Amino acid sequence: MHPVRRQRLLIVLLVVLFSSAAVGLVAYALRGNINLFFPPAEVARGEAPVGTPIRVGGMVREGSVQRSDDSLEVRFVITDFEADVPAVYEGILPDLFGEGQGAVASGVLNEQGVLVASEVLAKHDENYMPPEVSEALEKSGFDHKGNAR
Amino acid sequence: MIPELGHFALIIALCLALLLALVPAWGAWRRNTHAMALAPGLAIGLLFFVAISFTCLAIAFLQDDFSVKVVAGNSNSLLPPIYKFSALWGNHEGSLLLWALILSMWTAAVALFSPQLPLLVLSRVLAVMGAIGVGFLSFSLLTSNPFARLLPGTPADGNDLNPLLQDPGLIIHPPLLYMGYVGFSVAFSFAIAALLGGRLDASWARWSRPWTNVAWAFLSLGIMLGSWWAYYELGWGGWWFWDPVENASFMPWLAGTALLHSLAATEKRGLFKSWTVLLAIFAFSLSLLGTFLVRSGVLTSVHAFATDPARGLFVLAFLAVVVGGSLTLYALRAPAVSSRVSFSWVSRESLLLVNNIVFLAAALTVLFGTLFPLIMDALGQGKYSVGPPYFNAVFVPLMALLVPFMGLGPVARWKRDSGRRWLSELGVPAVVALLCGLTLPLLGGDYNVWVALAVALSGWLVLGLLRDLWYRVRGAASLAAGLRRITPSYWGMFLAHLGFAACVTGVVATSQYNIEHDLKMVPGQSEELAGYTFRLLEVVPHRGPNYVADEARFEVSYEGTPVAVLAPQKRRYLASGQVMTEAAIDAGLFRDLFVAMGEPVGEEGAWAVRLHYKPMVRWMWLGAILMALGGFATTLDKRYRRQRSAARAAAASGAVHGA
Repeated sequence: MHPVRRQRLLIVLLVVLFSSAAVGLVAYALRGNINLFFPPAEVARGEAPVGTPIRVGGMVREGSVQRSDDSLEVRFVITDFEADVPAVYEGILPDLFGEGQGAVASGVLNEQGVLVASEVLAKHDENYMPPEVSEALEKSGFDHKGNAR
Repeated sequence: MIPELGHFALIIALCLALLLALVPAWGAWRRNTHAMALAPGLAIGLLFFVAISFTCLAIAFLQDDFSVKVVAGNSNSLLPPIYKFSALWGNHEGSLLLWALILSMWTAAVALFSPQLPLLVLSRVLAVMGAIGVGFLSFSLLTSNPFARLLPGTPADGNDLNPLLQDPGLIIHPPLLYMGYVGFSVAFSFAIAALLGGRLDASWARWSRPWTNVAWAFLSLGIMLGSWWAYYELGWGGWWFWDPVENASFMPWLAGTALLHSLAATEKRGLFKSWTVLLAIFAFSLSLLGTFLVRSGVLTSVHAFATDPARGLFVLAFLAVVVGGSLTLYALRAPAVSSRVSFSWVSRESLLLVNNIVFLAAALTVLFGTLFPLIMDALGQGKYSVGPPYFNAVFVPLMALLVPFMGLGPVARWKRDSGRRWLSELGVPAVVALLCGLTLPLLGGDYNVWVALAVALSGWLVLGLLRDLWYRVRGAASLAAGLRRITPSYWGMFLAHLGFAACVTGVVATSQYNIEHDLKMVPGQSEELAGYTFRLLEVVPHRGPNYVADEARFEVSYEGTPVAVLAPQKRRYLASGQVMTEAAIDAGLFRDLFVAMGEPVGEEGAWAVRLHYKPMVRWMWLGAILMALGGFATTLDKRYRRQRSAARAAAASGAVHGA
């Protein structure tokens, strides 16, 4: 074979080798490292898996936030006003977390139907609503204050 | 009046950009020297009018003109003046104007600092940049006019700048990041101009190389500042979240790193020409994609602003035109410019090839992870999110794979080298690096296999570099004479590779040895962390210029000797009522101590507190600074100046040949 052509062949082989390694890595890394979003209504209907990482988002129900006196444990309720999902989180909550605010919690649903959250996201911008939350609210047919549309 | 002036200047700028995109391109096509000669003047005019427009908006911000919508939405009379100024780019409209300003700065810079370019090439390059300018200026004017007024109904005071953005880091982070993003438009324009002309040769690579290096250096600095800002300002001590917007700035960096290595091979050996062009297109397309991701609000991100779908659509259409158009041109023209140079497998060329493949693979896996949620959503498969574990799992092995080859790079020869020579040159460094990896982590307390690997890999890089430097200086009369003999582009490579080694060490050491403690503390209580005793003295009220705060006072001591007094704050901003955490950090080269306040807990004045011990966290930012310095250093190289004086001599002799 012509040396230039052989070189090209080797380059192509190299590229194929590396890219299949990359694809393999991607496929491996995707397993178990992605999580699906569920609106509270779907969680209440039992559509969300137990014991797998998921995200649940909605509004934090007014009057539902309870802090423990002796640890950093916080219990609160995420709602889309159609159904409620109780959640528990241990740690420091983001600054914009609050009752009546939109939040997305990621964690694992336990047997009792409580979301054990490992991370709670509230947004930087007060006027910003996470897109998942606004969609969940649209599905349930309520606005973010809980009034039926 | 002033905002209208700014608006008017922006419209004139758009007209000039249109002229710049059309007239020199027509001139280049018809070989009309007069039309081509207009390009530099138009480029400078464009900068002039965009700068006027920018200044007008800055004046509106500084004078608290709340009748202007973006000022009312993002500034406040209580805001310190420097933040009033930086509030200009703390919002969508203003940041777009900043983008346009920086684009016109790059365009004018190409016009001013390229006397060595043949007029034909210069006019094509400037025309492409003018076309990009048309895209961004019309985006600004049509969908997000920064000068829109609130008349009637001017508010008495503004809504305030998001408190997270009231920070020195955020004054310079966006401009630097944009310098990098937009800087890749120069490499892109050179590539498109070369495709249009059908001539891709070593001189093309030599022209576009310094621009690419500078853009890359700015992008490195911008990303580093963003990471540093997230570390101390978001309040939770994280420095990289693999957030879509961070990825948006990181992907062009990865593609740009591949590009500047590929350009080296193209300039020195005339290799990988079409590949280099493709990388230039890819790097700039990723910059545009980043803009789309940030500006359209399609992804859930900590950076997302509330946005308007029309804007997303505009950027998406623009992206489609740029990517589609340039790839079509590439498909039509690239085969005509492919190279027929061969090289041995044991050579610098093949190492650069490995660099390119690894960085491109990294960019693509990050791209995939970033777009995966969008794709699944579009296919109706549900709302997924891809978290840091995915990115770490794909990115870290790729980088670890890169380093062994990277250490060989500086020593390797072009065209043909031998494995035996590599062994004799780098055998000792390899053994020493392994020994360092085995022993040094013992100093850091617990032995950790990842840290051992990182130390061995970065030791391999550093020792290889030092060995190579030693070889280069040892023949000289004195050490100083030897060091003087080394070219700036070698220093650039040296610094950048050294910086990469520092980054690797810092990232791995911080991730592995980081200690984090969330707990409830009452005044008077002490907590020990990595040998440091954190004692909460008191929590006192504090009043700032535009906020009130609870300030905790911590006394930190190490084995009885006081180390620092840290005063983190929980602030409430008066204008917006927004609550914000202000962390306190005692910084050091080998460790940072980090304290942040959560919320008050229980009755007796207790607070939730986060304590961090972060070893060597500064190393990755220092590494990024070194990389950026390296990028800047390469542009000082004599060969870029020599050709300039040669070009001047050629111009003086009256030869203005079209290429």
